[in-house]
Amino acid sequence: MAAPTDRMGLLLVALLPVLFSIADAVDRSNFKTCDQSAFCKRQRDVKPGQSPYRALLETMELSEARLTLQLINDNNKVRLLLELYRLQGNMTRVRINELKPLRPRYEVPDVLIQEPPTESLLLLERDEHGMVLSLGVDDQRLIINARPFRLDIMDGPKVLLSLNSRGLLVFEHLRLRKDTISHKISSTVGSMWDKIKSVFSSKTEADAEGVENDVEQNEAEKVEEVEEVTEEEEQPGMWEETFKSHSDAKPSGPSSISLDFSFPGVDHVYGIPEHADSLKLRTTDGGEPYRLYNLDVFQYELYNPMALYGAVPVLLSHTAERTMGLFWLNAAETWVDISSSRAVQGGGDAPQTDVRWISESGIIDVFIMLGPRPTDVISQYASLTGTQSFPPLSALAYHQCRWNYNDQEDVQAVDNGFDEYDIPYDFIWLDIEHTDGKRYFTWDPNKFSQPREMLQNLKDKKRKMVTIVDPHIKVDSSYKIHKEIRSKDFYIKNKDGGDYEGWCWPGNAGYPDFTNPEMRAWWATMFAYDQYEGTMDNLYTWNDMNEPSVFNGPEVTMHKDALHGGWEHRDVHNLYGFYVQMATAQGLIQRSGGVERPFVLTRAFFAGSQRYGAVWTGDNAAEWGHLKMSIPMCLSLGLVGISFCGADVGGFFKTPSPELLVRWYQAGAYQPFFRAHAHLDTPRREPWLFGPENTALIREAVRQRYTLLPYWYQLFYNAHRTGQPVMRPLWLEYPGDPATFAIEDEFLLGKDLLVHPVTDEGSHGVTAFLPGEGEVWYDVHTYKKHQGNLNLYIPVTMNSIPVFQRGGSIITRKERVRRSSSCMEDDPYTLYVAVNAQGTAEGELYIDDGHTFNYEKQNQFIHRRLTFTEGSLSSSNLSPDSQFSTASWVEKVIFIGVPKPSAATLRTADGAESPLEFEFDPASELLALRKPGVNAGADWTIHLR
Amino acid sequence: MSCAYLLLALSLSVCLGYAVEVQRPRGVPLSKRQFYEENKPFTCLDGSRTIPFDRVNDDYCDCKDGSDEPGTAACPNGSFHCTNAGYKPSFIPSSRINDGICDCCDTTDEYNSGATCQNTCREMGRQERELLQKQAEIAKEGFLLKQQLINEAKRQQEEKQGKLSEMQTNRKTMEDKLEALRTVKEVAEQPEKEAKERHLKAWEDQKAIIHAEKDKAKMAEVFLELDDDEDGYVSVAELQSHSELDPDSDGALTEVEAQGLLGGVDKVDASSFETAWVSIKEKYISESQADSAAVDPPAEETRQPVPDNEPYPEDDPVDEEDENEDDDEDEEDYRDEDGDKPPPSVHTPEKSEPDEDAMPPYDAHTKALIDAAQKTRDDFDEAERALREVDDQIKSIEKELSFDFGPSGEFTHLYSQCYELSTSEYVYKLCPFNRVSQKPKYGGSETNLGSWGSWAGPEDSLYSAMKYDHGTGCWQGPNRSTTVKLTCGKETVVMSTSEPSRCEYLMEFTTPAVCQEPLPDHVLHDPGEL
Repeated sequence: MAAPTDRMGLLLVALLPVLFSIADAVDRSNFKTCDQSAFCKRQRDVKPGQSPYRALLETMELSEARLTLQLINDNNKVRLLLELYRLQGNMTRVRINELKPLRPRYEVPDVLIQEPPTESLLLLERDEHGMVLSLGVDDQRLIINARPFRLDIMDGPKVLLSLNSRGLLVFEHLRLRKDTISHKISSTVGSMWDKIKSVFSSKTEADAEGVENDVEQNEAEKVEEVEEVTEEEEQPGMWEETFKSHSDAKPSGPSSISLDFSFPGVDHVYGIPEHADSLKLRTTDGGEPYRLYNLDVFQYELYNPMALYGAVPVLLSHTAERTMGLFWLNAAETWVDISSSRAVQGGGDAPQTDVRWISESGIIDVFIMLGPRPTDVISQYASLTGTQSFPPLSALAYHQCRWNYNDQEDVQAVDNGFDEYDIPYDFIWLDIEHTDGKRYFTWDPNKFSQPREMLQNLKDKKRKMVTIVDPHIKVDSSYKIHKEIRSKDFYIKNKDGGDYEGWCWPGNAGYPDFTNPEMRAWWATMFAYDQYEGTMDNLYTWNDMNEPSVFNGPEVTMHKDALHGGWEHRDVHNLYGFYVQMATAQGLIQRSGGVERPFVLTRAFFAGSQRYGAVWTGDNAAEWGHLKMSIPMCLSLGLVGISFCGADVGGFFKTPSPELLVRWYQAGAYQPFFRAHAHLDTPRREPWLFGPENTALIREAVRQRYTLLPYWYQLFYNAHRTGQPVMRPLWLEYPGDPATFAIEDEFLLGKDLLVHPVTDEGSHGVTAFLPGEGEVWYDVHTYKKHQGNLNLYIPVTMNSIPVFQRGGSIITRKERVRRSSSCMEDDPYTLYVAVNAQGTAEGELYIDDGHTFNYEKQNQFIHRRLTFTEGSLSSSNLSPDSQFSTASWVEKVIFIGVPKPSAATLRTADGAESPLEFEFDPASELLALRKPGVNAGADWTIHLR
Repeated sequence: MSCAYLLLALSLSVCLGYAVEVQRPRGVPLSKRQFYEENKPFTCLDGSRTIPFDRVNDDYCDCKDGSDEPGTAACPNGSFHCTNAGYKPSFIPSSRINDGICDCCDTTDEYNSGATCQNTCREMGRQERELLQKQAEIAKEGFLLKQQLINEAKRQQEEKQGKLSEMQTNRKTMEDKLEALRTVKEVAEQPEKEAKERHLKAWEDQKAIIHAEKDKAKMAEVFLELDDDEDGYVSVAELQSHSELDPDSDGALTEVEAQGLLGGVDKVDASSFETAWVSIKEKYISESQADSAAVDPPAEETRQPVPDNEPYPEDDPVDEEDENEDDDEDEEDYRDEDGDKPPPSVHTPEKSEPDEDAMPPYDAHTKALIDAAQKTRDDFDEAERALREVDDQIKSIEKELSFDFGPSGEFTHLYSQCYELSTSEYVYKLCPFNRVSQKPKYGGSETNLGSWGSWAGPEDSLYSAMKYDHGTGCWQGPNRSTTVKLTCGKETVVMSTSEPSRCEYLMEFTTPAVCQEPLPDHVLHDPGEL
């Protein structure tokens, strides 16, 4: 919903008029640059060169699936333990931790859905320089180079990926603070090392080759037996750091880690959301690295690597030949540098992309996903962190939100407005003002005195509601939630051990420790109907501000030295929002006795958040640039597993022109999470407030969404089963075509619909790239046929939403749009069969009850394959083990791109045949079969002759 | 499908006991019955095509205009007719047929959805009739009141108009009187002025004499002071000890300069000192004062550094009282608290030296002249004030008369009245033709929600809404404004207020002034479909 500065400005406008001069963009000075983040600066100051790390081959231990090996830093003699795993599904896991850390270092729990199953590693060769292991698949091998330590993953003679090839592995070992221990122990060795150290430090920026280096190494070997850990020079910010007026006590000292990865031959990398930036990641040379640190950013800027609300440390590399992925499993503040270069490889001029990850604490735990196809990488990642949760069908429909619907009468009036203007909607949302003084789980006693009555009224129209439940809890001894959390000691602690308190919407607030499983279990129980009073089963939840947002904290978030049990907030920061949504979703499941699927929207997220619901792109603005940006932002999230993504339709801050609002509805209707939202200070913008023409345009966009709900539902079912994104960049389906690699103004839904929303003011046309040599595409509005692999100029008017159906696909729609998706449950289907150059097409149809787990627990669903080949369209069962009965039937079949048949007959499962009437339009080769009438769950065949 | 040609169930009409049901396809209004003739081909109402009659209401959309499926949800643009016997007939979009939600009070839209709908038409009809009756009564009484208001307004208007012209006449008289008094005043002021000038002249002459004497004495004193060797002459050397006399301000009084000051000679005696005195007296500092004439030290820095004991000073200063939030409203309050008022001045103005040689009092003759003139001035001022008062009254009446108080002046009585509504948090006040405001119930100052702007109803009923705008500004938003919707009522009351959009208020206000002439009784009791 909102960023704090704004709201505070509202309160403070008179107190501090100067401070809150109205700014159009983010106040960058509130957020750190790499230079202002001590560990990032330290790490980034290390330049590529010879790595001080060396693998101690003699320490190698190989069990069936696990190889361990010690690494030593020749500068300080600290030993690390390297673990290598070959994982099922063509992945390699590399873990590096201190061999003997002073204290345990944080390892991220709960994100992986299981301990990833391993496969055996086979040692192929071994000598004093290193060893070679087989990665099973084809010619894939892993080469360990001992001095300097380096890993190369090879496919035949080709290097796919190298680790530490630029020597940027830096592992700041845990240490005691100098002023707390006697320093004499190392003084003797230390003096010997002073010389070497100085040589090293002066050499880090120089070329690492050379005689001097050999000398050093010889010396290093000589003193190896001494094995005393030598202290590195103290650098600023190691033991304490301040930003603006905030100080970070850092009692554990430096603990950051860094590792570099090189991708020879790679020019395109994607992922590491969330950033308001282009789909294809840009080089960060000479600029700021991409930052991953969940933050509540007020009025974020576009095309900027600054951190936003969520973080998924997953990066994909892509070439026409191979796609790979890196999953850097670390929840601390992380920065990612991308640099690209062109290197001479195999005689040709080949691109190379280097990626360097820097995290503040924890261990190195990285999953290398070797593809080779894009869909393989996505499946590999899904096997680690799980797939998109399968939402209730209605959650895929249209959501109407505003900060705030003022009271029950307002809710009623808006609800009636949708009926009066005949615009469907499924969910109406209540932002923070619905509560009793920002005490979540309560209702304002004056404005929402009869919540159950309000919910029942919505339910009577088969509609639903979402209320906001944020994780900051008002410190108020008369507030039940606060009292219980305090009495159970569930709050996060400050560095001195008291309950951490920060400023947020309710004023002074505590922050429950969601990393604590007991806390999460308790939180889940708060959603029970008898706990969250006034609620019913058609009420769902929205978790906002869960970065967490702390208005008076450093960078508007929590102090890093706050404590979650034994761990510092520093270690777990990026996980907080993930856990909040996890616990909330669990609560919604539990309140129904495990029967109903939850729907929870979150602003903050991490790897694995896809398992718990939807995310949105936070507090955007009513600007054309933000409308455009919604596409790459959601595409990036889809690539890392989070399919259920959307942007606030209309833009949260500021006021959209009617044209922008209409265009946003048109784009939003074709993005996964479709919700209009608006800031408190903006004028009302329900769809009917901009004149009959704009109302009609918005109505049409929303209706298009509703007709396609069967397709959306099927895509989400697919995403849930396989992890494949719902909204896809073109290159995912056309990985061999470099023309698709950087496209971010259009996208695919599944593989069969291509959408190119109009995102420019006053646009008269858009140019869409229709991919695929030999592919054909049909305009879904005119049925006009276009060849693939070309740029198509499409003239547009205000009612145009350029959408194309791929030839060779069958898409199911429900064309009887009603006032909510639940009202359409039993309605018949229309099949759109768009044939390809070979005259064939195929598609799927998925049906279940739309809201329970019965599809999963009791196999109650229908999943059918629809195929059209050689003039026969048939429906066959894809899941013979499942059972579900539906009242829906097939009312119409539309073939696009077929010649006129002389007859059409329907053959049902019992063998009966009956003729079907049809209409044919020769101009668009459109054939419409009238009323086959068969049940949607039945076997049948239609023959065209 | 099973619903090819469903007749409206006869039992329904039987049990309702009235209105003869006519057989026609489901969802067709009586008025269109003739287009749906059983067993004859049906032509879509837009004429686009003709289909066999069994395709009417067969749950498949054949007509582009949706006319073949009046009783099913098959056509996206169809509409369904509910007879609603006992209440008003209505059309609903056909997408609401069998969607599980009861839309028609006669339940006919949910014939195949499993929804259990109650026929509520009779009850709704009863309520509707009661409501209409009540409204009619209100309208009737209200309209009578309105007539009174109109009459009253007319009377007031005439009264005001009369008062206005009376005052305008009065004003003329007063203006004449004022002119006469001005002449009297001027006549009386002339001798007064002359006498006062005489008196002043005499006093100034005397002052000049005194001043010259003082200067002479000072000169003598200075001569003695300068004449250090008491030889009866002031020499160049003696003068040079007074560097403040340096004519070119280069910090040193040279011999030549000193000589110049003495009139070109090396020394002067007391009698010829006068020339020199003239050129030095401005700058001369007495030797007895010179030491104490040090410059004042600069004012001490009084600003203290702001104590910085907030934990997070740069972004913390939310006032705790604000947690109950919402609003916005009171920016001005905060601005007041902000109070960047200048500190009370430390400088008290230099006390002017008591004028030792104050002007002596006027003599009796002059005094008499002054008193006489003052009397004429007072008379004049009095008359002028009276005229201004009348002007103000005229202006106020003219302003009032200039308002658009409705076609028959029925809103006249609202002028200079205020109406309040108290909610849980605020007291709202509407002063028609003036302003709307909001005041927190529990402390805090009033916020202006807008000043009278204009009538703002739609074209056909301009006087059904008022617009008040240019209220207190909102942060990052517009100035507050209020739309007041007027509805007919026996009493003049603010019924409700709301803020549908931030800083855009809506107020509902009842007044007899908008009551329309009630329809004749027989229209109300027209059976129609009720």
